[in-house]
Amino acid sequence: MKFSRKTLGIPYALFLLLFVVIPLIVLFYYAFTNGQGQFTLKNLIGFFTDPNTLGTLFYSLLIAICTTLVCLLIAYPVAYILATSKLKKKAVIIMLFVMPMWINFSLRITALKEILTLIEGNLAYHPFLNSVIGMTYDFLPFMILPIYNTIAKLDPFLIEAARDLGADERKAFLHVTLPLSVPGIVSGISMVFLPAMTNYVVLDMLYNSTYIMGSLIGSYFSAYNWHGGSMIALVLLGIICVFTLLMGGQNEEDARTGGAVL
Amino acid sequence: MKKVIRPLVPILTLLFLYAPILILAFYSFTDATQIGSIRGFTLKNYVTLFTTEELRDMIVGTLLLALGSAILATILGTLGAIGSFYSRKRTASAITTVNQIPVINADVVTGFSICILLVVVFGISKDTYIPLIIGHVTLSAPFVYLSVVPKLKQMDSSLYEAALDLGATPRVALFRVIIPQILSGVISGFSLAVTLSLDDYFIATYTKPATFDTISTYVVNATKGSQTSIKTALWALSTVIFLIVILIVLGMNLKGRKDGKEGAR
Repeated sequence: MKFSRKTLGIPYALFLLLFVVIPLIVLFYYAFTNGQGQFTLKNLIGFFTDPNTLGTLFYSLLIAICTTLVCLLIAYPVAYILATSKLKKKAVIIMLFVMPMWINFSLRITALKEILTLIEGNLAYHPFLNSVIGMTYDFLPFMILPIYNTIAKLDPFLIEAARDLGADERKAFLHVTLPLSVPGIVSGISMVFLPAMTNYVVLDMLYNSTYIMGSLIGSYFSAYNWHGGSMIALVLLGIICVFTLLMGGQNEEDARTGGAVL
Repeated sequence: MKKVIRPLVPILTLLFLYAPILILAFYSFTDATQIGSIRGFTLKNYVTLFTTEELRDMIVGTLLLALGSAILATILGTLGAIGSFYSRKRTASAITTVNQIPVINADVVTGFSICILLVVVFGISKDTYIPLIIGHVTLSAPFVYLSVVPKLKQMDSSLYEAALDLGATPRVALFRVIIPQILSGVISGFSLAVTLSLDDYFIATYTKPATFDTISTYVVNATKGSQTSIKTALWALSTVIFLIVILIVLGMNLKGRKDGKEGAR
């Protein structure tokens, strides 16, 4: 075959087909069949009629919503203050917020767990609170970074113009800075919300034995129940699709790659 | 009043992010088995960390997996990015769309689906490490692709044509012209691939051999166990990793400053 630049992409295209597309097709197949390979809707109907699984779905959403809100409430002021400050070494300070992401998350949660145990005595008293704190601890940098990047790129003359036209500081913020920083907020939310629905290890490590969606996949996996697990994975995929569409197809790679480029 | 509160918000947030790691680092040098009770200072956690075979194997295994999968992901992702960049629009957008799936998808779903395909459908044994390595490459290659594509867009397209006009074969032009131009994207993609692999828990859990552990899977299992000498040795591990991260960041900053000065001249 003649060498050309186009052909260089073939191995990766095949790789994506084999290990990204086909696994999803297999997932569909397993979700809608039973152990004998016959078509069935039992897994699907089972998920949406079983109070346990619906409770799990609800609990995951609750944890994810709370975590996202807490992250946003902390990250926005931090990002805003840093982006608008007159400090010289901003890159170094932002680096400080990114650095924890490079320490293995299980070790960071271990550290947090020791501190929480010292403060609360017994982690079992506040499982929900601890889980939200743990998730926030884990994902906060992913919220700060995209918001910071968006605000830092805003044209300072826009604020000045607003001020010249008679807006006070509060008005200028509410009508100029805040609306223009929405893309950063959206990409931060998509970085935090989905992991918060699925990262069941944080709950496990902080002794919260309530299931979230990720834990369901984990338990089906341990029981070798591929059909049940596939249905949960499919439901999660559906939620991810809906969520991504709602977020306007915002690119989450901005923040993840931003961490490495910095 | 406002002047006081403004810097306080980022400072308190940094405290929240770093206090647990720093407190744990302090206690890793003591003989305490839980935080808050010190009897004396000792290096025994570090001795355990570096002399226990199980811990050493786990650390070396994690590093080898991260490097190996990152090298594969970097080759695949970079070639994929170059190939798709010079392909027809439809091909390129199809690749970019599928590339986006593992990026957006939850790692639990990615890990589970790869496990089903390779282990359940194809019957490949997890002991071959093949599912694990493929899982980690699937996780990180899309990010390599995403960090290389912008560099290709920035590149001056006439450079490649010029090289061909001057007699270079396409292969030579690729290695001498295109690759050096996109090298910074390839490197940041590679380092991203290493970090993603090091931090992964879910894909490893669903695809790894039962006898093999990465740092993540090991730590998660260890917190469920009750062996305190292992537990406190992990405090030492967390401290060592923290120090390495600080050194890398400092090194990058110093190098960046030097490059900046040279560039200014």
